[in-house]
Amino acid sequence: MHWEFVIPGYLLVFGGLAIYTGALLRRARILAVRVPPERRRFVG
Amino acid sequence: MTATEESATSLEQTVAGATSSRFSQVFGTLTATMLAVFLLFALVFSPPDVSQRDAVRLFYIHVPSAIVALYLAFGITFVASIMYLRKGTDFWDLLAGSSAEIGVLFCAFMLGTGMLWGKPTWGVYWQWDPRLTSTAISFVLFAGYLAIRRLDLDPTVRSRRAAVLGIIGFLNVIVVRQSVQWWRGLHQGQTLDLVDSQLSGMHYFSFFLGLVSMTMVFGWLLLHRFRVAWLETQADAATLQTALAERQAEAADYTARPPDTGGPTTTETEGI
Repeated sequence: MHWEFVIPGYLLVFGGLAIYTGALLRRARILAVRVPPERRRFVG
Repeated sequence: MTATEESATSLEQTVAGATSSRFSQVFGTLTATMLAVFLLFALVFSPPDVSQRDAVRLFYIHVPSAIVALYLAFGITFVASIMYLRKGTDFWDLLAGSSAEIGVLFCAFMLGTGMLWGKPTWGVYWQWDPRLTSTAISFVLFAGYLAIRRLDLDPTVRSRRAAVLGIIGFLNVIVVRQSVQWWRGLHQGQTLDLVDSQLSGMHYFSFFLGLVSMTMVFGWLLLHRFRVAWLETQADAATLQTALAERQAEAADYTARPPDTGGPTTTETEGI
């Protein structure tokens, strides 16, 4: 009972996390090409 | 392997592990495992509540999202903003911005799951209750904070303005926390008091797993978001440095030419 509210709630959180994480890692990959190694302090 | 192939492999490695490190990989794996365990307990093992039925499962993600967004994420933004105003270093500014961005994301989760929980519990998705309203104000304040960080201003001015808003935004979190005591509304009292007094057994354990896994997700995201923010500033600095070097080379090439081959005349070189 009330699964019609539970499922959208979990989809919102986990879907949101997946989309945000994907966008973040994609941005990181694009930037990695533009930054020379000597400027990568604090990164990996 | 030729030099070109080695260079290409090195680039591939850099891109593949753009913001990851050994620590972040291990931490990420632990976080993913923890999330899977949490989902099992929250959606399968935890029994329905006597009064709320399955709607209690929304509690396991709503309250952890609230704690992570309001206290952890916006709290870090608050501390980092103060540190930025004192020290003026990029580190604190980027940490404040990174934490606020993830905080806004978790704040959206909190509002969304709260609305979905409100319908079966209160009969309405939304009401202008003091707790709900003050939380919505927090969301808007920190969304505004993110907007300020994207303004086309002098970087120092922009960061200072953002830091001031980061501090004001966290002061509103105190209002959110106290709203259920200062004003009468639809929202129940301090939720953590309810956790201690009314939850037991599997419900309490599922909530605890939710809190731990959401905190770990926040930590992992913050690590990567900060590194991306650092890369962004360094990419801008590298681009500027390259452009300056190119202009200097062009100027040197121009002044080195004799006047009859397109170089500067005597009048032009006087000012160089």
